[in-house]
Amino acid sequence: MHEVKSQAESTPWSGGGSPFAMGSKKLGMWLFIVSDTLTFSALLVAYTYARLNSPNWPRPFPFNPSIIFSTVMTIVLLASSLTMVMAVMAAQRKDRASSVKWILATMFFGLTFVGLHMREWFHLIGEGLTPTSNHWGSPLFGAVFFGVTGLHMTHVVIGVIYLGIISIGFGRGKFSPEDVEVSGLYWHFVDLVWMFVFPMVYIMSVSPR
Amino acid sequence: MSNHGDADSAHPSAPVSTFVWVWIFLVLLTAIEVYLGYIELQPKLMLTILMGLSIIKAGLIMSWFMHLKYEKRSLTWMLIPATVFCIGMMMLVFFWDSLRLAQLRPH
Repeated sequence: MHEVKSQAESTPWSGGGSPFAMGSKKLGMWLFIVSDTLTFSALLVAYTYARLNSPNWPRPFPFNPSIIFSTVMTIVLLASSLTMVMAVMAAQRKDRASSVKWILATMFFGLTFVGLHMREWFHLIGEGLTPTSNHWGSPLFGAVFFGVTGLHMTHVVIGVIYLGIISIGFGRGKFSPEDVEVSGLYWHFVDLVWMFVFPMVYIMSVSPR
Repeated sequence: MSNHGDADSAHPSAPVSTFVWVWIFLVLLTAIEVYLGYIELQPKLMLTILMGLSIIKAGLIMSWFMHLKYEKRSLTWMLIPATVFCIGMMMLVFFWDSLRLAQLRPH
């Protein structure tokens, strides 16, 4: 490990170690994830505040088909997280070909999620939902819906591009297993955010039968 | 870079089956959430349960999928309390006000 050790004992204060025994890329990604968590939290807190203070907050999602559709989207995203776990495990045992395949599967599920989401968006836009107005109630509903899900979808798209770059680089031997793991952290974070967005935005907006 | 921080070094982990079980659990929790929406539980109670379930799901994803359980404990101590504190501060500032406003208006 350290070539030069002074006469005294080697201590953490001698330098050369890593905080949390972790590479800087991975630690950097964790810190970024904390900051992005706070961004989404701020958005969701603002949503809650707006909703609590609007007497006419709409609940426009009938269980069938809206909630069923968004549940499918949730399962797709969860599946992508599982394939990502497989990709990272394959990378750590240096099986590049297998890891690339699992990353491609993750990207496939991610793109499926985006496709389903866009379909839902166009359906709602067709029903008159915009970021500033809708036929059902408070105009803030559209702002919240498109703002929260839009920011999340942006993260998913960026994640798919990121994974694409990683799969190419790792497949060619330029990137290390750690790089795959770091991209995995980002991807799981995107899934984690959806675990909060789905109940708060969709299930809490089920239309009463 | 670091001498020993790379993931290439020995990395304690779990067998594939563990991660599959975590995944199955996540899907089950999702099913429970959807069921709550289906039976139209009253909003305040439903939100409380949903938030509780979501926090459990977040914990599962962070611990296993994001590998936090297998990292140094000090990382968890560094990340989680700080994040919870910041979110708590946000909620304190916002909800004190919003709940007061909600009580002022006749519903």
